[in-house]
Amino acid sequence: MSAAPTWTIAGVRAALQARKISARELAGEFYARIERRNPELNAYLTLSPDRAYAQADRVDAAIARGDVLPPLAGVPIAIKDVISTQGIRTTCASKILETYVPPYDATAVERLDRAGAVFLGKTNCDEFAMGGSNENSAYGPVRNPSDPDRVPGGSSGGSAAAVAAGLAVAALGTDTGGSIRQPGSFCGIPGLMPTYGRVSRYGLIAFASSLDKIGPLAGSVADATTVLSVIAGHDENDSTSAPVPVPDYAAEIEKPVEGLRIGVPEDYFGAGLDAEVKQKVLSGIALLERLGCRRVPLRMPHTDYAIATYYILATAEASSNLARYDGVRYGLRVPGATLTETYRQTRERGFGPEVKCRIMLGTYALSAGYYDAYYLRAQSVRTLIARDFADAFQKVDAIVTPTAPTPAFRLGEKTSDPLQMYLADIYTVTGSLAGVPGISVPCGKTKGGLPVGMQIFGSHFNEGSVLQIAQAFEQAGGSTI
Amino acid sequence: MKISREDVLRVAELAHLGLSAEEIETYRDQLDGILSYIDKLKELDVTNIEPMAQVIYAQATPGAASHSELREDVVRPCDVSDAILSSAPDARKPFFRVPKVIDR
Repeated sequence: MSAAPTWTIAGVRAALQARKISARELAGEFYARIERRNPELNAYLTLSPDRAYAQADRVDAAIARGDVLPPLAGVPIAIKDVISTQGIRTTCASKILETYVPPYDATAVERLDRAGAVFLGKTNCDEFAMGGSNENSAYGPVRNPSDPDRVPGGSSGGSAAAVAAGLAVAALGTDTGGSIRQPGSFCGIPGLMPTYGRVSRYGLIAFASSLDKIGPLAGSVADATTVLSVIAGHDENDSTSAPVPVPDYAAEIEKPVEGLRIGVPEDYFGAGLDAEVKQKVLSGIALLERLGCRRVPLRMPHTDYAIATYYILATAEASSNLARYDGVRYGLRVPGATLTETYRQTRERGFGPEVKCRIMLGTYALSAGYYDAYYLRAQSVRTLIARDFADAFQKVDAIVTPTAPTPAFRLGEKTSDPLQMYLADIYTVTGSLAGVPGISVPCGKTKGGLPVGMQIFGSHFNEGSVLQIAQAFEQAGGSTI
Repeated sequence: MKISREDVLRVAELAHLGLSAEEIETYRDQLDGILSYIDKLKELDVTNIEPMAQVIYAQATPGAASHSELREDVVRPCDVSDAILSSAPDARKPFFRVPKVIDR
């Protein structure tokens, strides 16, 4: 465990303004930490000191001029390696993009840049964000800073581990079925999945387009809120980003939670939920009640069908999205005698086992004779799951559940059976399918010292409520409950 | 088993994926297990349930602007061909080069 000081966004700002440290020195301090810890954790795949120091120097020059500083001035940030960064290698943790350098920044990245952030580098993840343990990376697994024999969760495992170990103040992750919230839970930090359409995905390398979202992982709810404020909002380069006004989240999270109705669906507390996790989350709900929230029992009857629905829809979309990796325009090419052979060999060599499994599953589900039985049926069940949420939000302001059924599991524990790995997403995929926002907040630790996460869902575009409850929970000591 | 070896080969062909002999067996087992689990969707009656083709937010958010507002279709400079061709495995400006396609 590192004894290095914990930096927050507000702390960075205060230290820079008081000239206790320069942005360049701060970046250097983080690179020194990364040099010490990353060989063990494998959280970063690529470091980007040239860009980081150039960004830091811009901030230092602004401070010297006495300019008003933008919200993330000098804040060292990590970016998941499925998000495009101009001039910085972006691999998706895949061999097929091992040498790919994007010619442009994703919109979320560009907004961070404009807000003064310092990009330390790109974080490890499951290949193309497909996985729940970070063991599907072509560049080796990430280790959990709480226990190096355990996984950090996935797919944004590198982003979560980097923040939890103090190797970045905040990070961008992506969440398709739980890939921000579950690693946040396993590593003991807040991780927010925004509403579908809240954050532009221009420049996000697609996995499943009806489910992918970009969101923050950070050391505190307040810091996650600040990052969301910077990246949220409509973008004309992404027609799926919503032209919905972005509220003042910093003001939203300070509102009192007294009187809010908290739905607790019994469907999320049944068989398969680890006893210690259950006890911690129930204690967390009791804490919210002490803060004045009103607990409302709920039923969400289609919860049990979410994994099956998700793994049809997500893999079908993935099989289409990943058709672009053909060895022609970018990335790996393994030359064959014909173009078709080039495709086949490039994809055989370039993709890892889980990505191939999902491409196969998705292709099967979309193929002639199976489309109605699998894809179309799954889309109908998705409607039912979304209705469960819509019905619930008629009665409550937020829904509170465990984030994951267990704490972080051991490396190798679930790798031989994809289905067992998929079932680890059982409480997160529901909200992904409905398109609602959700956060995982730290909710104590097991007797063995492993972090537990509590998940809070809000209705569409109500990140404010989700963050507000998370903030009150954190302030009341929820993380050490 | 729901999935035959021929199914695996057919899907791999559709997906342009080369597979080793060992992979064919592995994926056959894995797909079979996953599809057996997915069969639980058949328990539900989905008659008259509209498939969710869009993740609709305008309906979910009264007052939200309509999503049918498309941006103006205006010509903008897009001088990116050098940057794009520089990441290609084999390019000869202004083209991507590929093995010949005539003898498929």
